[in-house]
Amino acid sequence: MKLSAVHRSSFLALLATAGLACAAIVPAAHAATPAEQLAAYTAQAGAPAVPARGQQFFNTRQGREWSCASCHGAVPTQAGKHASTGKSISALAPAFNPERFTDSAKTEKWFRRNCNDVSGRECTAAEKADVLGWLMALKR
Amino acid sequence: MSLRFHPRVTPVLLGLLAALGITPAAMADGDQRRVPLLPKYQQECAACHLAYPPGMLPAASWTRVMANLPRHYGTDASLDPATVKALSTWLGANAGTYQRVSEAPPQDRITTSSWFVRKHREVAPDVWKRAVIGSRANCAACHTRADKGDFDEDNVRIPK
Repeated sequence: MKLSAVHRSSFLALLATAGLACAAIVPAAHAATPAEQLAAYTAQAGAPAVPARGQQFFNTRQGREWSCASCHGAVPTQAGKHASTGKSISALAPAFNPERFTDSAKTEKWFRRNCNDVSGRECTAAEKADVLGWLMALKR
Repeated sequence: MSLRFHPRVTPVLLGLLAALGITPAAMADGDQRRVPLLPKYQQECAACHLAYPPGMLPAASWTRVMANLPRHYGTDASLDPATVKALSTWLGANAGTYQRVSEAPPQDRITTSSWFVRKHREVAPDVWKRAVIGSRANCAACHTRADKGDFDEDNVRIPK
C-alpha cells in the first residue's frame, strides 16, 4: 500500500516534469514577457533603458502629425482612441492590460508601423527600450 | 377612439407582406451580403477600424488596398507577406460584385462610394463632426450592430 502510494506520487511528479519540459521546448509562437522583451532591447541597445526619456518620446511629435500619445493617450493606463478612425485602443501599460507585450512578433509589428507613422522611420532598440521601460514603470 | 388592429390581425398582415416578398429585412437595409469574417481579417484589420464587410468594395479596390498597406490612408499598416496573401485571397473572393459596388470609388474609400453618399444624404455635415463620431469611417458610432455586419436602418442610433 505504502509503496504504491509512493510510486504514484513519483509518477505524477515525473508527469509534471515532462509536461513542464514540453511547455519549455514548444512555446506558443513568440511568447515572451514584457521583462524579457525589455531585456532583449536593452541588450541590443547596449545600454539600460531610461524610462523618463521613453515618456518624453511617447508624448512628443517627431516632425509628423501624430505622437504615440495621439492614439494611446498621454499616460496609457486606460483606453485610447485611434486618431483617424476613432476606434477604441485598449490600455498599453502591461500592469493595466496583461495582454500587452506578451508576443514579441506583435510588439515588433506595432513598433515598426507606429514609429514609421510618428517619426517616418523605424525606432532604434534604445528608443524601444526607453518606451517599454516607461510603460512597465506605470503601476496600479 | 384610436385605430387598433385586433391582436390576431397583426400576424396575418405580416404574413400577407411576407407573401408579397416584403419582409422586415427587405424593407430595412437588408441587402448587404453578410459574410462570416475570416479570423485573420478580424485580428489584423479590426485592430484599427471596424472589420468592413468585404462586399462594400469591388475586387479592384481591395487589390490596390492590399498592395499599399505601408501607405494605408495615411498610416503604415504593413503586414508580413503570408498574411497579406491570405487576406487578399479572402477579400478578392468576397468582394462586392453587385451593381452598385461594381465601380471602384474615388481613392478606394467605402465612404466616397456613390451608394454610401446616397444612403447618408440625410445626415447633416455637423453630425459627422461630433466628437463621438469623428469620421465617416467610424460606422459603429451610429450602426450599433456594425461589428456583426448588420447595417440595418432599424439599428441606427445617432449619438448626440
